Amino acid sequence: MVKDQDYLKKKASFCIDFAKKLGATDSDAFVMHSISETVNFRNKKLDESDRSDNLGVTLTTYIGKKKSNISSTNLSEDNIKDLIERCIETTKITPEDEFNSLPDKDLLATKIKDLNLYDDDHIANDEKIEYLKEVEESAFKKKEIINTESGFCESKSNFILANSDGFLNGYRSSSFSASCVAVANSNGNMERDYDFTSACHLHDMAKPDQIGSIAAKKTIQKLNPQKIESEKISIIFDRRISKGILSTLASAISASSIARGTSFLKNKLDEDIFSDTINIFDKPDVIKGLGSRYFDSEGVKTEKLKLVDQGVLKHYLVDTYYGKKLNLKSNGRSGGTSNLFFENGLISYKDLLKLNSRSLYITETIGHGSNLVTGDYSVGANGFLVENGVFKYPVSEITIAGNFKDIFKNITLANDLEFKYATNAPTMLIEGMVVAGK
Amino acid sequence: MSDFFNKSDISRKDAENIVSEALSNCDDGELYLENSKSESIVLDDNKIKSSSYSSDLGYGLRAITGEVVAYSHSNEISKDSLKQSSENLHSTLKSKKGTYNHAITKTNEKFYEDINPIEEKLLNSKLDLLKEINNYTRAKGTIVRQVTASFSGENKSIEIIRSGGEVLTDVRPLVRFNVSVMLEKNGKKETGVYGIGGRNSYDEYLKNDNWKNVCDEAFRIASINLKSKPAPAGEMKVVLGPGWPAILIHEAIGHGLEGDFNRKKTSAFHNLMGQRVASEGVTIVDDGTLHNRRGSLTIDDEGTPTEKTVLIENGILKNFMQDRLNARLMNTRSTGSGRRESYKHIVLPRMRNTMMLNGKYSQEEMIKAVDKGIFAVSFGGGQVDITSGKFVFNCTEAYEIINGKIGSPIKGATLIGDGPSILKEVSLVGNNMMLDPGIGTCGKAGQGVPVGVAQPSILIDKMTVGGTQL
Repeated sequence: MVKDQDYLKKKASFCIDFAKKLGATDSDAFVMHSISETVNFRNKKLDESDRSDNLGVTLTTYIGKKKSNISSTNLSEDNIKDLIERCIETTKITPEDEFNSLPDKDLLATKIKDLNLYDDDHIANDEKIEYLKEVEESAFKKKEIINTESGFCESKSNFILANSDGFLNGYRSSSFSASCVAVANSNGNMERDYDFTSACHLHDMAKPDQIGSIAAKKTIQKLNPQKIESEKISIIFDRRISKGILSTLASAISASSIARGTSFLKNKLDEDIFSDTINIFDKPDVIKGLGSRYFDSEGVKTEKLKLVDQGVLKHYLVDTYYGKKLNLKSNGRSGGTSNLFFENGLISYKDLLKLNSRSLYITETIGHGSNLVTGDYSVGANGFLVENGVFKYPVSEITIAGNFKDIFKNITLANDLEFKYATNAPTMLIEGMVVAGK
Repeated sequence: MSDFFNKSDISRKDAENIVSEALSNCDDGELYLENSKSESIVLDDNKIKSSSYSSDLGYGLRAITGEVVAYSHSNEISKDSLKQSSENLHSTLKSKKGTYNHAITKTNEKFYEDINPIEEKLLNSKLDLLKEINNYTRAKGTIVRQVTASFSGENKSIEIIRSGGEVLTDVRPLVRFNVSVMLEKNGKKETGVYGIGGRNSYDEYLKNDNWKNVCDEAFRIASINLKSKPAPAGEMKVVLGPGWPAILIHEAIGHGLEGDFNRKKTSAFHNLMGQRVASEGVTIVDDGTLHNRRGSLTIDDEGTPTEKTVLIENGILKNFMQDRLNARLMNTRSTGSGRRESYKHIVLPRMRNTMMLNGKYSQEEMIKAVDKGIFAVSFGGGQVDITSGKFVFNCTEAYEIINGKIGSPIKGATLIGDGPSILKEVSLVGNNMMLDPGIGTCGKAGQGVPVGVAQPSILIDKMTVGGTQL
């Protein structure tokens, strides 16, 4: 069982009180406990079990505008006292920074609406094994599949966030997830793909045969890929990839990137950055949402934000420190976005595939080719050549490249949004990117 | 050296008994204890952005029978916690009938000193130096718009208790110094990043104003990128510079030669042992024994002394990198490559310092041999798909080559290739092997471990360059 709120509150309050005693003018403490149990399967046999029990504390102390922090997984009182002493000594000699402070008191979360983020159900390892057997049996129904690896992870956690302005709150959450990776072989060409399911509540997980059969199907589709010529071609991002555009946006509009001047979207507030059909939301209070939260990592209340309204950027993602620097109030985005998504487009997935006579459908990108300073984007990719709405053959060992400033303005969305991750996007068509192949 | 049982309710003897009992009838396993102290001090935007210190303590108990691994880890080194872990392992491994292999090689040779770099340099002197670094770098001109500089230091003590009470210990220092510079000129912004480090004290790397070289290098890279033009797209010849570009070898070849992927037959190399996988003249080793290098280890995280493992000799595949589990299942020996990020992670076979050894050509000869291509001097990051063998890299410093001469700098280029075939496209191997500056972290299965790479310049006859210019 994860430690209860009382235990965590006691530890957090001890840190706040002891820091104050040693001379801290302000402080905040985060105490977290999590237990997760994972079972991994391979080729229909048990491969690995892992039980993880993590207890940890992070403390930030302020002396006026000076700040420092410590963290530890050793919560014995002696050790914590030593570390807080060390933290205070460090704080004393760290130079002042005028923007260092706790969040404004009036922004701290007070009303908490229950989002149903915790499921007390426990699934024993033997039952996890039964689930994974079914996953892999359904994957192995396809003769091309030569190897499978699957896993089931159950995780429960509880935390308390406290600060010296009296904030003392936290909540339990749970997560259940399962995945299957399949390898297929055809004449010496091996390919790999996957499927997964993830939910706050056990009974919201997908059925095992579905995970296995989708993983197998996606893997087999990739067999015997071809390389295509270098050319300018319209690109379609599968939902696995299209959500990455939102992650890029989130990084580029974080107050830290803006304040530091290292974002290609600096000074773009209230300007068109997407075409006028695009709307983007960040909604923290989705019931059982994978990115849901009651408050941000500083205790600041979070509300739903329409980040992009008809193509116009309306908000940065603001925390306390960089907010003060930019002269903006925190909008509860310390720690990033919550449930971030594009509003659905107007046309169906099928119609999107048919918009161009020839397009490249991308299912996987590899590499870290996003430069947030310049907006340049270049990554390795795999996918399929699509002609007149029909998947023709798999394509691999190519790169796709462009600049996010252009990419953002040339997006057409399908109407197939689903909430499978914390950040979600419909299938996406992008005009004007360059493919490098043969 | 940490005494893990000093402040615990459990004696060393009791812990040894729990381990021996938990591992009875198992093929392998151990209790791994870890105490790590780390610090990070970051200067950004003209200010000390953060000064953090972390102290981590925990253990992981592992039992293996056949192919099945059971693992349980916790922060709490206590009788109750260890017993709970032991029960957890027992419930996974219901029918145990293994034979514990007690043979484990011991070593007296150490590849770094027992030092704590965090305590060896006063915090005040680190803070002062960061300010000096900021001033020095910003003094290079008004085009300098942002400077980020950081120190990170670590001291990690580990202890491995095996069944029967064998004990192995190691103390590992690690430091890194990094500078990132952003320049802006005529509305165009570019960044340059450079860093140094290894398993030694900070001053070993910073002395004689060596930190200035790091600032100069970050500034130089950003300046070059300001002058850069968009990269070409398509297949062409590529010359890789010496040193850090060897992360291409690490991704493209190294991962595919790790024991687990080959035992599971998911690596594109699994059936190529003894066969030609590279051009003649290409020799690649993975070496954990280089003194004070970032990827070096006196013993790996299972207690096996590290070694210099020949992976590819003159183009022929000779060895995979092995931990104890995969070595046992593949009827070979551990190469001392069993590593884990921390007590929270299971052991996997991993790289240490992966190096392509010298050939006989000069870099000039390679450049001259190219009519149209690119010269890649430094990379940002890379990634590989082990199964298909496809890998990618992002160049952070690269130039076009036209008619045997180095031309304009190019930016935003991605290189993509096929692991099993790329080394067959290597036509010239240089005589200028260089180690990287000590900054690499390799990710696998969610675990990051420090690694090193090295290579001379090489000429690759055919690679796809992913730019925007057709």
